[in-house]
Amino acid sequence: MTKVFDSGNVACALAVKDVGVDFVAAYPITPQTSVVEKIASYIAEGEMDAKYLPVESEHSALSAVAAASAVGARVFTATSSQGLLYMHEILHYAAGGRLPIVMANVNRAINMPWCLYVDHQDAVSQRDTGWIQLFAASNQEIYDSVILAYKVAEEVQIPVMVNYDGFLVSHSSMPFETLEQDKIREFLPALNPPWRLHPQWGGTFGNVTPSEEYVPYRYALTEDIKKAGDVIVRCSKEYERLTGRWHGGHFETYRPEGAEYFLFSMGSMGKEMEIAVDLLREQGIAAAGLRLRIFSPFPEEELAALLPTGAKLLVFDRNLVYGSAGGALLQLAKAALFNRRDSLQVIGISLGLGGEDLPASVLVAKAREMMEVCK
Amino acid sequence: MQIVFEKPKALSDTPTHYCPGCTHGIIHRLVAEVLDELDITGETIGIAPVGCAVIHFNYFECDVAQAAHGRAPAVATGLKRVNPDNIVFSYQGDGDLAAIGTNETIHAAARGENITVIFVNNAIYGMTGGQMAPTTLPGQITQTSPYGRDTKTAGFPLRMCELLATLDGTAYAERVAVDSVKNVLKAKKAIKKAFQYQIDGKGFSIVEILSSCPTNWGLEPVKALEWLRQNMIPYYPLGVFKDKEVSR
Repeated sequence: MTKVFDSGNVACALAVKDVGVDFVAAYPITPQTSVVEKIASYIAEGEMDAKYLPVESEHSALSAVAAASAVGARVFTATSSQGLLYMHEILHYAAGGRLPIVMANVNRAINMPWCLYVDHQDAVSQRDTGWIQLFAASNQEIYDSVILAYKVAEEVQIPVMVNYDGFLVSHSSMPFETLEQDKIREFLPALNPPWRLHPQWGGTFGNVTPSEEYVPYRYALTEDIKKAGDVIVRCSKEYERLTGRWHGGHFETYRPEGAEYFLFSMGSMGKEMEIAVDLLREQGIAAAGLRLRIFSPFPEEELAALLPTGAKLLVFDRNLVYGSAGGALLQLAKAALFNRRDSLQVIGISLGLGGEDLPASVLVAKAREMMEVCK
Repeated sequence: MQIVFEKPKALSDTPTHYCPGCTHGIIHRLVAEVLDELDITGETIGIAPVGCAVIHFNYFECDVAQAAHGRAPAVATGLKRVNPDNIVFSYQGDGDLAAIGTNETIHAAARGENITVIFVNNAIYGMTGGQMAPTTLPGQITQTSPYGRDTKTAGFPLRMCELLATLDGTAYAERVAVDSVKNVLKAKKAIKKAFQYQIDGKGFSIVEILSSCPTNWGLEPVKALEWLRQNMIPYYPLGVFKDKEVSR
């Protein structure tokens, strides 16, 4: 175990190196670029035995990575914002192809107008592509989530996107710990896919199908991604046993004891929310933090089971569902609680778009506004 | 008091955000001088790319549309087809035109779109901090090729003018540089011709301008221009690669 003090992007690149990735294809985009720069440097310095392919666009980056994954390589790419949107077609291709790709998406606002700073519209708008989406909120969680992502992707044969906030996390230096090679190998054995595109194995990849053949593939993906939430939590526990590091299961909760108001968010806002919760507790308000770690598959049953009787869920979305009262988390939370916990109050807002600053004081003020509506 | 020197009217009073020694400033000025001389600023629409010139709408006094990365020739096509009386130019770097937007560029040229493309080639992704681009020279050190571009794994640079010159729809393709006073004057002549061809309805015209990136090349401005002369010009020869008027 080595202690490191560096940025979130370096934490990501280090995890990719430590995992033993075979193939990386990438295209530069702010604020992701320093991830693949670092990886290119590890490869050039001989610290990492992998092939690095600079391509002409994100569409080609993910296409190349998908193909390399199909032949049995452990692969990685990273992107942000417009780059993720440009990958949209291949996101479906990769998930439909059941390829265990891991990709970092450094969250950034999308155009128009242009903006370089964080919000979650990029990832949220790719919700229905069949990818597992994790959200990390610290450099330690990024490092650990990338390793976890390979474990999960290779078990369930579904690609995993590891999201973290642009600049706020990607470019902030924090202390974090890496993991020894023997422990990584124990947790994540060498890739041994059940199938690969190889003349010895026969078969083809991605054929044209009639509906009777097409339908089972689609249902298998939705059933398997539904089960992936539990796989993530099981693997997280296994990782905890090995490392002592725990960032939460489906959620990370903060001061849930006796709480009435649950302040629900994801990304770095969820960490700032802990300060907001402390401030609200000082004001005599029974508040708790609830940070979502698995955006897709959204943990519907777990959310319904977690909230106590009479709880009020205050949802803070760093994205918009246009024309709706809040964002994607609000809609998903409502859908999760409908018919399960109909008595609970759920209210939400969208904020922090395009990197709008969200200090704890703002979160407290917004929480109090929502509490007024709840009364 | 007699005014002896003025900046072009097509250039705004805004100080640019470009790094010291960057040649975007010179190229902006050349484009603006041409807009003034042809008296077309009022009817011109520029396309801002993704890259260092992403906010050139702050600097040009014409209307500007912002395109997604690489899509400038497609956006220019839409503008020009619907309103052919406008003069439409895209202003793109190599990370935009010769990478993610290669496809659009080739097809706009193949269709013979009556637009003008100003292509600023500095052999690197500038705005994202100096990564290897398709135009990066063999052996050139960048953030993603710390020991130099290895052509065995990263292939070879694209010579866009030569490539586009093979297309029947291309009316005019010339490569110039802004490394010396003489070459700057030649560059202006080429830019003016490219706009004139559009006014005359001749079809797709492109001026590729070899440019420096002192910050990401890690060189002082003057050394950067020397590097351009010694390394880029031999790989990207200057000259006219296609001129419909001459070949007729």
